[in-house]
Amino acid sequence: MSTIETKKVKFSVFRFNADEDYLPYYDEYEMEVTSEEVVLDILNRIKWDHDGSFSYRRSCRHGICGACAIKVNGRSTLACKERMFDMIDLFGSELTLDPLSQKRAIKDMIIDKNDFWEKHAAVTPYLVAEIDEHPESENIVTPEEEHRLLDADLCIQCGACHYACPVVEINEEYFGPAAFTAAYRFSADVRDHSENRLKDVNEMGQGVWDCVKCFECAEVCPKEINPIEKITKLHQMAFQEGVAENNVAVRHAVGFKKSIEKRGVLDEGGLVLYSEGPAIVKHIPVALKMFKKGKIQMPWNIPTSKNLDEIKKLVKSSSTVEF
Amino acid sequence: MSKLKYALFTGCTAKQSTPEQYMSTMAVAKKLGIELVELVEASCCGASHLQDYDEFLSLVLNARNIAYAEKHGLTMVTICNTCQLNTAMTKHKLDKDPELKAKVNEKLQEVGLVYKGTSEITHFLYAIIDDIGLDKIKEMVVKPLSQFNIAPFYGCHNIRPSELANEGHKTPESPYNPTSLDDLIIACGGESVDYEEKNKCCGFHVELQAPKTAAVLTGNAIAGAMDNNADMMVTPCPLCHLKLDTQADHAGEAIGRELEMPVLHMQQMVGLALGCDPKELGLQHHVVDVNFV
Ligand code: SF4
Ligand code: SF4
Ligand code: FES
Repeated sequence: MSTIETKKVKFSVFRFNADEDYLPYYDEYEMEVTSEEVVLDILNRIKWDHDGSFSYRRSCRHGICGACAIKVNGRSTLACKERMFDMIDLFGSELTLDPLSQKRAIKDMIIDKNDFWEKHAAVTPYLVAEIDEHPESENIVTPEEEHRLLDADLCIQCGACHYACPVVEINEEYFGPAAFTAAYRFSADVRDHSENRLKDVNEMGQGVWDCVKCFECAEVCPKEINPIEKITKLHQMAFQEGVAENNVAVRHAVGFKKSIEKRGVLDEGGLVLYSEGPAIVKHIPVALKMFKKGKIQMPWNIPTSKNLDEIKKLVKSSSTVEF
Repeated sequence: MSKLKYALFTGCTAKQSTPEQYMSTMAVAKKLGIELVELVEASCCGASHLQDYDEFLSLVLNARNIAYAEKHGLTMVTICNTCQLNTAMTKHKLDKDPELKAKVNEKLQEVGLVYKGTSEITHFLYAIIDDIGLDKIKEMVVKPLSQFNIAPFYGCHNIRPSELANEGHKTPESPYNPTSLDDLIIACGGESVDYEEKNKCCGFHVELQAPKTAAVLTGNAIAGAMDNNADMMVTPCPLCHLKLDTQADHAGEAIGRELEMPVLHMQQMVGLALGCDPKELGLQHHVVDVNFV
């Protein structure tokens, strides 16, 4: 019989009861962890062997209900899917278990996930379609049309990405990567005719333009859904369907093409001017400081790519949208 | 060992808002005996924004840049995390999808170019670690940075998405526990500072459209380094550098405390340790003075 490998791990476990505690604290446990175990097994052992009052969410134990997401050493993860030995390989033998969001903690690993669900609801996460109750034939969706959804329909709403997103932490309005994934799933559906969804998710403040492109969401998703890929698609769809508004965020994206077409290389000052318009004045104090240090080039000193004619030609022949 | 030779994709900031990044790249390459062939034909990579507008155009333009590196038969070296991301992402997509590659090549043909997929693309940081090696750097150090606590700031696009990031270099890097820059700091004789924000985002990409978010992220990063007794930060990304060096005041206002931290480009740190002249490394071009050397 083969022996099961074990490793000793020191766990620091976030404890908090919103009804009783003023501040959270950490309990420490030392355990032998086996190569067979996932993070959820550790949560179970803490509750069953050490402290029956320890609280966490779990249901399916098969990576499908989305209830068990927590953070291990700051990294969002699905407890029932994540292998303990992988965590030890990544972070060593001292591991900290936290809820997905400390400031939303209700009891230990359990958080108030309302903001997540509200944002999900806000992106019209369903098909908007006139359905004939007595159709003469089936509504066929071709495999190609189905492929447009990519894997957005595999989301289990675990919230791992949402609470890993730095913008969600800072900007309360921001819908977040999971809501955008849901928005994409329905906006990419050929049967959908929603008039608001794409506009809503393109609105500044709450929408995709506030994404900092950090790829944290892509990194944590236990379903390997890559939410920022869907965010990029939502940007593109706004242009393709003509709902992109003339605002600083949109001009910032468009400005790259204008600059590249003109000189190949980006004209940094020109991009800021084109994006901001008259609001550029607010950048003057920083610009002056930069100018003094030789960090701003005069228009005649901005380089131009060699063989610019090639670039101009390609911009003409390869553009797929106009704004 | 034959002389190392790469095709250098400078990106746009190296010739505009971060001239010191270009200067220090050249100075360090010279010291390390690396030959750099500058891709003067290259256009802007689109900085992860052009693709939001027109993805196909972005692919064609980046493929053109790579095609020039291929013409030289050289690995493309980038000196900006976002250039690295966009260029490597283009390569990844085209190499995986022959149909897309054919479509892109149809366009490139119009200007007599072809994308083959023969050139690797790697950030200068990893070129140094993979091809020169940390031991060799250590040997070459003449002015160890031994009195300094240096906080590494990795920048998102060199470490995430990790699958793509790890295609570009031999030394594996985890986005949760990155080590390359720490190792380089240590090789240069410095003390590497561990802090929570080292693998977090600086906020650069929403500077215009979401200034508050951008400022808080920059603020958190500088504050994290300060709270852990860093004397300076170091980053391989000129966009992170711009945020940390030129926006510290805004960032401080956003998080309600005073912030100031000298920030080195990765190349400047290596250059200092290897005995380059600070002027040659462009230290005079920083908004936050680097006056300890
Ligand atoms: S890439 Fe965008 S949505 Fe994803 S975690 Fe970062 S800021 Fe949030
Ligand atoms: S996109 Fe992935 S990480 Fe985000 S909620 Fe859905 S399954 Fe969870
Ligand atoms: S318990 Fe259902 S996903 Fe983990």
